[in-house]
Amino acid sequence: MSIEVRNVSKHFGAFTALGGVSLKVETGRLTALLGPSGSGKTTLLRIIAGLEFPDPAADPGAGQVLFHGEDVSQVSAGKRGVGFVFQHYALFKHMTVAENIAFGLTVRPRRLRPARPEIARRVNELLRLVQLEKLGGRLPDQLSGGQRQRVALARALAMEPKVLLLDEPFGALDAQVRKEMRSWLRSLHERLHVTTVFVTHDQEEALELADEVVVMNRAKIEQVGTPQEVYDRPVSPFVIEFLGNVNRLAAGSGKLRPPDADVLYVRPHDVDLQRGPGSTHSLRARVLHVFSAGSYGRVTLERLDNGEHFEAEVARDRLRELDLQQGEEVAAMFRHVRLFPRGQFYEADVRDGRLTEASSDAAPTHGAGEHI
Amino acid sequence: MAGTVSTLAYVAKPRQRRSLGDPWWVRAALIGTSLLFVAVFVVAPLAVVFTEALRKGWQAYFAAFADSDARAAIRLTLLAAGIAVPLNLVFGLAASWAIAKFEFRGKALLITLIELPFAVSPVIAGLVYVLLFGAQGWLGPYLDTGNHPWLGPWINAHDLQIIFAVPGIVLATVFVTFPFVARELIPLMQAQGRDEELAALTLGATGWQTFCRITLPNVKWGLFYGVVLCNARAMGEFGAVSVLSGHIRGETNTIPLHVEILYNEYNLQAAFAVASLLTLLALVTLVLKNLVEWRHRRVLEAAAAAELRQFAT
Amino acid sequence: MPARPHRNVLPGFGLSLGFTLAYLGVIVLIPLVALFARAAGLSWHDFLAAVWSPRVVASYELTFGASFLAALFNVPFGVMLAWVLVRYEFPGRKVVDALVDLPFALPTAVAGIALTAIYAKNGWFGQWLEPLGIKVAYTSLGVWVALTFIGLPFVVRTVQPVLEELEPELEEAAATLGATRGQAFRRIILPALRPAILTGFALAFARAVGEYGSVIFIAGNRPMHTEITPLLIVTKLEQYDYRGATALAAVMLLGSFGLLLLVQLVQRHYARPGRA
Repeated sequence: MSIEVRNVSKHFGAFTALGGVSLKVETGRLTALLGPSGSGKTTLLRIIAGLEFPDPAADPGAGQVLFHGEDVSQVSAGKRGVGFVFQHYALFKHMTVAENIAFGLTVRPRRLRPARPEIARRVNELLRLVQLEKLGGRLPDQLSGGQRQRVALARALAMEPKVLLLDEPFGALDAQVRKEMRSWLRSLHERLHVTTVFVTHDQEEALELADEVVVMNRAKIEQVGTPQEVYDRPVSPFVIEFLGNVNRLAAGSGKLRPPDADVLYVRPHDVDLQRGPGSTHSLRARVLHVFSAGSYGRVTLERLDNGEHFEAEVARDRLRELDLQQGEEVAAMFRHVRLFPRGQFYEADVRDGRLTEASSDAAPTHGAGEHI
Repeated sequence: MAGTVSTLAYVAKPRQRRSLGDPWWVRAALIGTSLLFVAVFVVAPLAVVFTEALRKGWQAYFAAFADSDARAAIRLTLLAAGIAVPLNLVFGLAASWAIAKFEFRGKALLITLIELPFAVSPVIAGLVYVLLFGAQGWLGPYLDTGNHPWLGPWINAHDLQIIFAVPGIVLATVFVTFPFVARELIPLMQAQGRDEELAALTLGATGWQTFCRITLPNVKWGLFYGVVLCNARAMGEFGAVSVLSGHIRGETNTIPLHVEILYNEYNLQAAFAVASLLTLLALVTLVLKNLVEWRHRRVLEAAAAAELRQFAT
Repeated sequence: MPARPHRNVLPGFGLSLGFTLAYLGVIVLIPLVALFARAAGLSWHDFLAAVWSPRVVASYELTFGASFLAALFNVPFGVMLAWVLVRYEFPGRKVVDALVDLPFALPTAVAGIALTAIYAKNGWFGQWLEPLGIKVAYTSLGVWVALTFIGLPFVVRTVQPVLEELEPELEEAAATLGATRGQAFRRIILPALRPAILTGFALAFARAVGEYGSVIFIAGNRPMHTEITPLLIVTKLEQYDYRGATALAAVMLLGSFGLLLLVQLVQRHYARPGRA
């Protein structure tokens, strides 16, 4: 079932949690709402679930939530047919795992309620699905974090929801369990194909798991796209800074002088280092520190022209080849640079010095070639 | 005024009892003095009740309850508590649901007002109803049959007298035990948040189903203790009931008032025998309180242990 | 259909708040307002005569004085008891912990006759104290004993949770910085306990001021000497002096509410952001 949110705002007192947000989620997709805390992502999820209601809007079309084209704005949470997994799971402490999973079935009106053996069968099926067959009799307190998470998921799935909503599903887990749960959830989604939206502040999680990433900041949606799109073609300084590591360098001094921009962004893996004077487009820098454990070597550098620090990620072989010494001067070349003058998005290929303005669909428009 | 005392919402962490190198003589002196203090101020009064009650043996002890006035007092006390406790239980549930699960303006003021009866002297609690329902009170004239041609016959027929009668005793009991259930439940429900209720709603439960199957089971121990405490205070209330009671033996005397009468008649043994009944009630209340706290702590410790397991695996 | 301006997801808000306010109003607020309305209806002369006669003033001195001293006495002993219960392990600790609540659960009349029996001339303690010239029962000292008993749980129960939450690391840090145990207690622990101590003291004080049942048995109730203000209200009521009783009750209530306000101010002061 597709989800559509139309121009939804939400205030808590003087605080704006959502400032006119619109979003469409296609059927069967796995979508991540990604953003820092306070960006409004959880509020948006709860509004979709019917756990919060949007501010009343003056326009008839605004402030609406539609499921499969049907306005559900006034429908209560219980009637929307959504499965919701809470951040801290909200398992019923006094009920066993099986009772928790069966809850949604047992509270139905008598005529809609499945018979007892049928409920038991469904519960067993779900326990198997979440790989907790032997733990149906346990209380939530006797489970580990990852197990609780799966119980919460099974409980939500028991109602056969058309939409599955998860609030920070891995937030309360430690690093290793988090990784396991991530791939498990991905494979579960591939089996069930329920339209799924989850909230996260962890960019790695969003990029790795989701079909589509919705980047949010300060009550607004910054960008919607596939993980590759939002990573490779960020539309704003916020998105590029939030997703992955990036060097933020002052433009306008030395040779780097793009049109109207005072800041340029370079991913560490787009920085190439060379001995010698380098080309006209390279930047002179001094090596401060070389960190070579891990799959990539990380080099911290200091610009000679203005003293700014930045990082380069260099393949291990290349690093060995270079054999950089602390204090040594090198030439840094940027493979791709991103600039955001006046809200536009440029991409620069420093090797030939051409700067290309890119529209949001990433098609290079007029060749604003210019040397930087 | 018991505001901050004896609430279950605060559950101690599994304690680390580190004396932090206090020398043994400091520990011994502090423990010794504390025990002496408790012995003098708490244990001695407790012990004297039972010693005096049993001074003349078990037969005399039980004879104190055989008295018809004593039985009438016990019946009236049970009646007053039987009305006051359920009323304040319903109130406590309603108030804690509204306060703990919703945000609204003036919540802090409402909590303060609910605790107000703690700050009111029991004597004044009795007085306010005398002023309301007494002959010169606001509502008094409405109760005077002569003033009310159409209500009068009904009042006469039902022999409705409020002050210096049973209804007054019930009212006073309701007033003085008013905050107890709410006081236990509000912090407990606040600590539990709303997620479980919201989860139940998303699973299709109705409001009543959510309340009965999720909220109530989660607070049942706190609720239980609130009711037990409310009951103990209802049965033991003296000042407010004393003001509103007609002090008529066998009719408007509760257990504590009966104790007072026996005591003032120098029938000390009987007074203490009847008092021992209330003392036992107090002791049972304390035991239940600790049981409930122990249960809460156990749940918490189980959670902590599960977390440990999670890190171990 | 436009959305309603305010919507709660959880049901039952109107019902529960409505019932709460109605019940609160009928049982507590209307009666209290009635009392103040009646007091306000008195002439200034009547009012003053009721609340400022020598006998009444003597009762204030006893009530507030003994309550203050009882609450004050409970501060060091309450803190000590809380400390011992939180920090030390000793046989019977749980029993002592439970017994601290007894004054709260024991009916006041029972406490009154029990304390009187103990401190009377031939009582367990009285027989030893009287030969020393210390008379407790039927004196103002007896009032103090009863009020100390009544106030005992308050300081302990406000200080105890704070002490439990206090990280031992703080004291260990103080020790590594060269502080002695005494210095650590005075400069690290005591300041952390101060708001709880003040709250406990004020609660014990306020409770003692209104106390009736436990005091009247042990006080002797001699006018000008051992007569507490709540008893005076009852006496006036029994003499059908409703005006006097009302005026006196209004004064006492204002005193209690003032103390309650003080507690709230103390808590707000210490809860202020930016305060350690």
